[in-house]
Amino acid sequence: MEVIDHVVIIGASHAAVQLMISLRQQGWLGGITVISDELHMPYQRPPLSKAYLDGSVEEGRLALRAPEMYEKLDAVFKLGHTVVAIDVATNQITLDTGEKIAYTKLALCTGARVRQLALPGAELGGVHYLRTMDDVKGIRQSAKNAKRAVIIGGGYIGLETAASLTKLGIKVTVLETESRLLKRVASEQVSEFYKRLHEEEGVEIRLGSKVVALQGDGQVRSVICDDDTYSDADMVIIGVGVIPNTELASEAGLVVENGIVVDEFAQTSHPDIVAAGDCTFHPNALLKRSLRLESVPNASEQAKAAAASLCGIKKAYSELPWFWSDQFDVKLQIVGISQGYTEAVVRGDTSRDRSFTVFYIKDQHIIAADCINRPKDFMMAKKLILQQSTIDVAALVDEGIDIKTLIN
Amino acid sequence: MPAITYIEFDGTKYHVDVAVGSSVMEGALNNMIDGIVAECGGCCVCCTCHCIIDPDWAEIAGEANDEEQEVLEMLDVRTETSRLSCQVQVTDEMDGMVVRLPESQY
Ligand SMILES: Cc1cc2nc3c(=O)[nH]c(=O)nc-3n(C[C@H](O)[C@H](O)[C@H](O)COP(=O)(O)OP(=O)(O)OC[C@H]3O[C@@H](n4cnc5c(N)ncnc54)[C@H](O)[C@@H]3O)c2cc1C
Repeated sequence: MEVIDHVVIIGASHAAVQLMISLRQQGWLGGITVISDELHMPYQRPPLSKAYLDGSVEEGRLALRAPEMYEKLDAVFKLGHTVVAIDVATNQITLDTGEKIAYTKLALCTGARVRQLALPGAELGGVHYLRTMDDVKGIRQSAKNAKRAVIIGGGYIGLETAASLTKLGIKVTVLETESRLLKRVASEQVSEFYKRLHEEEGVEIRLGSKVVALQGDGQVRSVICDDDTYSDADMVIIGVGVIPNTELASEAGLVVENGIVVDEFAQTSHPDIVAAGDCTFHPNALLKRSLRLESVPNASEQAKAAAASLCGIKKAYSELPWFWSDQFDVKLQIVGISQGYTEAVVRGDTSRDRSFTVFYIKDQHIIAADCINRPKDFMMAKKLILQQSTIDVAALVDEGIDIKTLIN
Repeated sequence: MPAITYIEFDGTKYHVDVAVGSSVMEGALNNMIDGIVAECGGCCVCCTCHCIIDPDWAEIAGEANDEEQEVLEMLDVRTETSRLSCQVQVTDEMDGMVVRLPESQY
């Protein structure tokens, strides 16, 4: 029997969409089937906590691509189905319905899911997580009648949600267990800035606050912390990080660490299987180590490498990581990974303004930058990191010197 | 629907219909036109959807706002009519518009 080439893609989000486009661009002639446990055609996730939550963008504008494009790609979507097993011996996957689908090549774009908190009262009405469009529909519904919201977790998603709900006229409190906001990902200067920003906009920030229970009468009414303080709430959003969806891969015998292990070509430990996006643990030649990232640029760029691999082309993925976050009138752009920096220097004034850049320095080189309303610094930081030359810190922080002149 | 012509750096031409109200960037993405990368998906934060509006159409395409100007200023190869395609909203008047794509978005 003739084998008909068939790529099956698990997941239908940022990584999956780029992967199917790149497959056709690289000349893949076989079938493409995309399976997603969500019911929506692929949509953009970043606006979920930003413009979609505050109502300035509606559902129709979230589509990642127009429906006609998928027709041109000749990709078959199976929405509302969960893949429950991969059989690498027979090249088949099994759906929750029991249906089996054969593949010649498989792409894992399973992303990540929210970390759940086992809190008493977590099942009450008005308590939400935020990862999918349906989650946000629920949040928007709760927000219609809410006066007070509590957000558990002071990371990017929690803070973006705080900003969006504040715009809707809701009084927001953010509870964070750590001693500062964004502790895992940002320097003290940036954490301090976001605290000031949110407080200036009327958000209450409580640090060192560990939530122990949610209370209510079917509907959530208050949040209790371990110091016995209460916060009134008509709605609660829990944003305490994500867990990569790696179970399918590990049960199939693939190598998994903090993510599905892939090489620079997005190839997993099995020759017929690639993976891309939030679910992967991948090497980065620029950073000289492996890591897992949660960002759209990572998902898209890695997916291009994955598609190339499936077409037998070697296209290494090694990009400088970057990310952004929108809160109130502040656009943050982050480039590089600041971990391991020895010095953080500031261009601008962090204590007063809403516009400055923190550069992270290690061994006299810039390794990362957090740019607050500074698109120009962001573009330059990218170049300065990549050029890897010794940096003149005095010139870098001198606003009188055009940053462009620091590029070789 | 207005038809827009995208010309890639190597000369490849695409004539595509783009819905009014969507952006010039979306028109490119929905038709798998390679010259637009759009890493951020159209939020005016990444500057990987640079396009050059044909000078005859520049007035109709309109002017970049301050935020976009600041990003454009950083481009290595900026032209008089450079725009970020995510910031150009398609209108009926753009039927027939020609936009060129740069050699690289990085
Ligand atoms: C609220 C929010 C705001 C964000 N803001 C930004 C931002 O500003 N900038 C940025 O760069 N990034 C942002 N991110 C992160 C970004 O959205 C992710 O990095 C990106 O979505 C990753 O894409 P992915 O395709 O790898 O995975 P995902 O988007 O997680 O998609 C994976 C899909 O696979 C499905 N799936 C998993 N397992 C199975 C299975 N067994 N069977 C069927 N389907 C399955 C999942 O349900 C999901 O739909 C944000 C994320 C969120 C939630």
